[in-house]
Parts: sequence; C-alpha cells; structure tokens
Amino acid sequence: MSPHGRSDLAPRPVPRSSLELCRVFNRLAMQGFGGVLPVAQIELVERAGWLTREEFVETLSVAQVLPGPNVCNLALMVGDRFFGWRGALAALGGMMLVPLLIVLVLAAAYDHWAHLPAVAGALRGMGAVAAGLVIATALKLGAALKTNPLGVPLCLALTGATFAAVALARLPMVWVVQGLGSLAIALAWWRLR
Amino acid sequence: MTLLTAPDLLALFGHFLVLSLLAVGGAITTAPDMHRYLVLDQHWITDAQFTASIALAQAAPGPNVIFVAVLGWNVAGPLGAVVTMAGIMLPSTTLALWATRWGQKRREWRGVRAFTSGLAPLTIGLLLATGWVLTDPARGHAGLMVLVLLTVLVMWRSRLSPIWMVGAGMLAGALGWV
Repeated sequence: MSPHGRSDLAPRPVPRSSLELCRVFNRLAMQGFGGVLPVAQIELVERAGWLTREEFVETLSVAQVLPGPNVCNLALMVGDRFFGWRGALAALGGMMLVPLLIVLVLAAAYDHWAHLPAVAGALRGMGAVAAGLVIATALKLGAALKTNPLGVPLCLALTGATFAAVALARLPMVWVVQGLGSLAIALAWWRLR
Repeated sequence: MTLLTAPDLLALFGHFLVLSLLAVGGAITTAPDMHRYLVLDQHWITDAQFTASIALAQAAPGPNVIFVAVLGWNVAGPLGAVVTMAGIMLPSTTLALWATRWGQKRREWRGVRAFTSGLAPLTIGLLLATGWVLTDPARGHAGLMVLVLLTVLVMWRSRLSPIWMVGAGMLAGALGWV
C-alpha cells in the first residue's frame, strides 16, 4: 500500500466506498462551526486515519494555493485520491449539501431573532471558540514540520514570517505566497538534492 | 430581496465565476470585492444585509464559503443562492481536481516535492494568521480571550470533539458570561 517510501507497517485504513466518504465529510462539516478545517484534521487524521499528519499538511498546502475555498479543495483532493471523480463529488457533496440547506433556513428566519441579546452573545462566544480552534489546529499540524526537508529552524522562520506578513502587517496574501512561497520552494528544491 | 431579470442573474453568475478563480486563500478573501459589486455598484443588498450574511454563515455548521449562498439568497431568493454558489464553485473545483491529478502522478518529482514541502511552513503560518484575525473581536475583552485560550489548550491537548467547545462558547455567550 505504500510504494512512495512512506512505509507503514500496519495497513492504513481507507474509506470503503464513496458513500462512506460522503458520510464522513457530512459528519465533519456538521461539527464545523466557524470553519471546518479543525474538524477535518481531527476526523481525517486522528479518527479515520485516512491521511497522516504530513499528508494532511501537504494536501492542505496545495489546497490553499489553488483558488477556491480551501476545505472544498481539500475535500475534492481527498475524495479523488481514493475513488477518483466519484469520490471527489461524494466528499464535496457530503460536506456542502446539508450545511447549505441549514444556512438558507437560518437566512430565511434571521430577521425574527437577530435583535435578541442572547443571540448576539451566543454568536460572540462561538466566534471566540472558532478562533481558538484554528490556532490549536495550527499547533497540532506544526508538529508535521519536524520531518520537513527544510529542517525545523528554517520552517519556524518561514512560519513566523508568514504570520507576521499576513496577520500583523496585513499584506495581501497573494504577495506573501508568491514572495515567501517561491523562496521556500527554492530552498526546498536545493535541500532535496 | 429584489426581483432580478435574466440578464441580471447572468451578470451575477459571471461575476462570481471570475471571483472563484481569484479566491486564492479561501472564498472569504474575495468578500471585499463582493461587497463592492453587490452593495456599492448594483445596490441589490444593503451594507447591513451583507455583514449579517457573513455572520450567519459563520454561525451555521459547514464550510465558510456558504456565506456566498446567503448573499445570493438576499439578492434574489433561492435562484440567487444557486447562481452565486454555482459561480463561486465551478471554476475552482474543476481547476483543483485537474491540478491534483497532475501533481499526484508526479508526486515523487523533485519539483513537486519541493513545492509541497516548501509551502508547508507557510500553511502553518497562514493558519496562525487566520486564528489571530478571528480573535480580533475578542481582544480587549478578558472573558472572550479566556475562552480563546481555553479552546486552544483543550483542543491542543485532548481529542475532544470541537462541537463541545462550540456549544460551551455558545452557552457562555448567550448567558452573558463573556
């Protein structure tokens, strides 16, 4: 099962069918308030074991530089990896359909309860948790950098520079990815010799 | 909700088709341009409707991109939601699928490996940046910051499902504790 040098002694769990992909992506989307990515990491890497932490970071890296919603690209890529375009559609559909219906029902009902202070407070509390979830995901996935060919110090420097450029200096992400990204890819190319 | 003519709907579709290919870093990065088009240029929805659309999508489960469907809904009802959602999804999904297959076949190539491993530290940096930007409303509110830090600690150190933290945050907020 591992012709790519990522030797695993035990056989890796894989989804049994497109339907299972659809079900798992629906489950992770339904837990994803304020963003699906933290749940995706837990469900795909920690629970299902379909991807290693390293594979998840690599897939996410590609999903982020491609245009389009990151988690949607991630779903397509994971689905395609196991069952081709059927798997891609199953994963994306599973993730999108029920949340779309729910949000449209909410949109239709919104005017009736928007003025309640408890509703505003609940939104505020969920927002703070959403922020914490994303930071925790970054910390957990950061452990994957230990095996990166760039080496840990260089990885930390690139992570820190990206954070400072996007979060503190508020530079457009396209510039940051093009600038720091080409530097990082060139360095990795050189280290992989 | 306005009644849009067929050419209007087509223009709406076309606009979101283009935005789809510009949405590097997620659909939310194109929100400023959606605001310009829908609110300032076309006057199809108000400023308040625009902000509420994004907040609603954040409060609902699922990918953040569903805020685009809420915008479409507010512009032209169910048909508007279908038009904006199809527009934002079709080009990027097609491209993503094609690029993935190209890269997967060549995954051991030095160039492809340099690409994925070089970008990995940037990905972690971008995640941290997203987390930081999301803490924006919480900064200066001790209760909210405690909630952020508590979430980071619990999720980092345990395998608890995030839904429990979301539920706790919702409850704490609704009761006025944070």
